[in-house]
Amino acid sequence: MQRLKLFLPLITFAAIAIFFYTMVSRIDQGEYNPQDLPSALINKPFPSFSLAKLEDLTVSLQQKDLLGNITLVNVWATWCPSCHVEHGYLNYLFSEKDMIIVGVNYKDKAPAAQRWLQTKGNPYRFNIFDPDGILGLDLGVTGAPETYVLDHRGFVRFRYQGPLNEMVWQDKFQALIEQLQQEQLAYNGRGSR
Amino acid sequence: MRLLALLLLLFSPALMAVVETYHFDDDEKRDRYQTFVEELRCPKCQNQNLAGSNSPIAKDLRRELHRLLEEGRDDEQVVEYMVSRYGEFVLYRPRFNPETAVLWLAPMIFLALGLALVAMVFRRQKKPAGAATETLNDNEKKALNDILKDQDVGDTNG
Repeated sequence: MQRLKLFLPLITFAAIAIFFYTMVSRIDQGEYNPQDLPSALINKPFPSFSLAKLEDLTVSLQQKDLLGNITLVNVWATWCPSCHVEHGYLNYLFSEKDMIIVGVNYKDKAPAAQRWLQTKGNPYRFNIFDPDGILGLDLGVTGAPETYVLDHRGFVRFRYQGPLNEMVWQDKFQALIEQLQQEQLAYNGRGSR
Repeated sequence: MRLLALLLLLFSPALMAVVETYHFDDDEKRDRYQTFVEELRCPKCQNQNLAGSNSPIAKDLRRELHRLLEEGRDDEQVVEYMVSRYGEFVLYRPRFNPETAVLWLAPMIFLALGLALVAMVFRRQKKPAGAATETLNDNEKKALNDILKDQDVGDTNG
């Protein structure tokens, strides 16, 4: 017993070392990012807004335009390098996985953003034009790109900060989207009865 | 040389940190603004407050803060506005709730543990010292004296 006590500092040190080592390796493997912030909007309705549509600036968009479907809301801008990287994958999600994606064109200029969609392809159902970052502020956006998952009721269920790709999709989105589809089916079933 | 000093002054980080200035109706609001930019954390650049950050999001939040204060919102409403968008994270002094309880209570728990440990060590140290003199019986005393005597003899001989 007395002998054991002598080793107590060493044991404590080893425990702390193991803890830090696992944290660092989790960061290395991308499982954990200390920069990630939990969104304050999780399980809350998407904030209300009234902003122009990027494709036709005379049209006004509201919160109700996001209801009824499982939707990815993708915050992007032409000044954002990671958005260039991400765009190809968004095109893929739209064409191959039939995802409904709504864009939030964040703190951008309309002509540049419209040109972007023409040249790089347009995976978005429509784009909310947010030149002053008003909606971005209500969403708690800290930078682009960010992607929000909305369920069929228009509630925010998940927020991802950073560019999407296949690995991120498999890891963080796939299971959630399937779960939300189940929820929607259950809800629709109850409604038609 | 003087030019260099002037240039250094112009480009000092302290001056670069906050570029925009806001006008306030009264000094009380300006003071509150100062307190808030010191105590609110920039959501993008995690170890800087709003006052020290150049990032666009910090700039936006300073603008919003100015707007909220000019609209006459009280401190609680301003904090609520920030937390409802960016979470408890934006407060350098988080409010006490189940999520932040560990943050607030951990130091006190560790202090209590430390004090308990110190108390234990002290009590343990006192006991053997007192116990040793009591447990020496006559035979042992004699043996001890013999040893000491032997040593004295050895010393004088040597």
